[in-house]
Amino acid sequence: MATHSDTHADVHGHAHGGADHVPHVLPLKIYISTWIALMVFTVITVAVSYVDFGDFNLWIAMLIATCKASLVALLFMHLRWDERFNSIILVSSLIFLGIFIGFTMSDTDNRGRAEPIEHDRPLDIKDPFGLQSPQQ
Amino acid sequence: MSSSAEAHVANGEKSPQFHVAHHFPTADIQFNSGKMGIWLFLVTEILLFGGMFCSFAIFRSWYLGGFVEAHHHLDRVMGGINTIVLICSSLTMALAVRAAQTTNKKAVTVLLGLTLAFAATFLVIKYFEYSHKFHDGLLPGIHFTATGFQEPREAGIFFAIYFMMTGIHGFHVLAGMGLITWILIRNLKGQFSSRYYAPVEGVGLYWHLVDLIWIYLFPLLYLVG
Repeated sequence: MATHSDTHADVHGHAHGGADHVPHVLPLKIYISTWIALMVFTVITVAVSYVDFGDFNLWIAMLIATCKASLVALLFMHLRWDERFNSIILVSSLIFLGIFIGFTMSDTDNRGRAEPIEHDRPLDIKDPFGLQSPQQ
Repeated sequence: MSSSAEAHVANGEKSPQFHVAHHFPTADIQFNSGKMGIWLFLVTEILLFGGMFCSFAIFRSWYLGGFVEAHHHLDRVMGGINTIVLICSSLTMALAVRAAQTTNKKAVTVLLGLTLAFAATFLVIKYFEYSHKFHDGLLPGIHFTATGFQEPREAGIFFAIYFMMTGIHGFHVLAGMGLITWILIRNLKGQFSSRYYAPVEGVGLYWHLVDLIWIYLFPLLYLVG
């Protein structure tokens, strides 16, 4: 990381001097180690899929996929060193995706739960709280 | 500001055609604005695939048995190899951006060529997977003709989602190959340097997103079903 911070300081020294865009160059080893980590995660996720953990297989696979996605976004896509605003754009899209899928699933997974309750205790539209019919 | 740009042109080096548009105060702001635009575009892509991930989640929750049965007909070794191919293409793409940042024209050409080769490999493997599915009658919805399934209707829904998601992802790979070819040609014309490499960076971000989507598609479709 020492080489990285050196390059960083150097880059910004130039950037303040002129109007030109001066790139923020990362050391090669960051790319290579990210690549190795992604390969290792891929092997792990395939290996784990052969073991039956029941419902947990899905969440283990999603956890590993999210680790891989974070590596790609932070390092290959430079979000770690980038303007914070680009990260906010990405994370906000993921939050809305979470609302979209989360609310849809809580809807569809709970369909049909109200009907048996309604069948046992039919609703009187004119007296929804049973206030005028104390025999209920 | 303009004098420094003219000095570069006079030196005859580093992206002589490059200039800062008059509505941008500095080249840095121009570069960051363009990049933010790419990120906004990537968000629309995430939401496009998000709709399909949502439909997958709904039908998986409704027809878990049929989905698990159907996903065993996907080859996780082929899918795993394709994942590795895409990760390698992401590495070469990231290194191509780095090579452009350091004005290494030759390395940019080689690395973009490698990225194209990995992308083509991905599509070739996908082609073999698809033709195998066609042959077995593992097709979407009413076209599903494979026999021996306990839940053929549910398997048909699984393959409808499989072909829709991997198909649209495949079109993104194809579009990425077109974009990479475009920056490869511009690089051969000597247009990119540490001063100006915004198109390489933008195409790179798009390419990484295509990889990101596959990172989720692969375990969901091939591994857990």
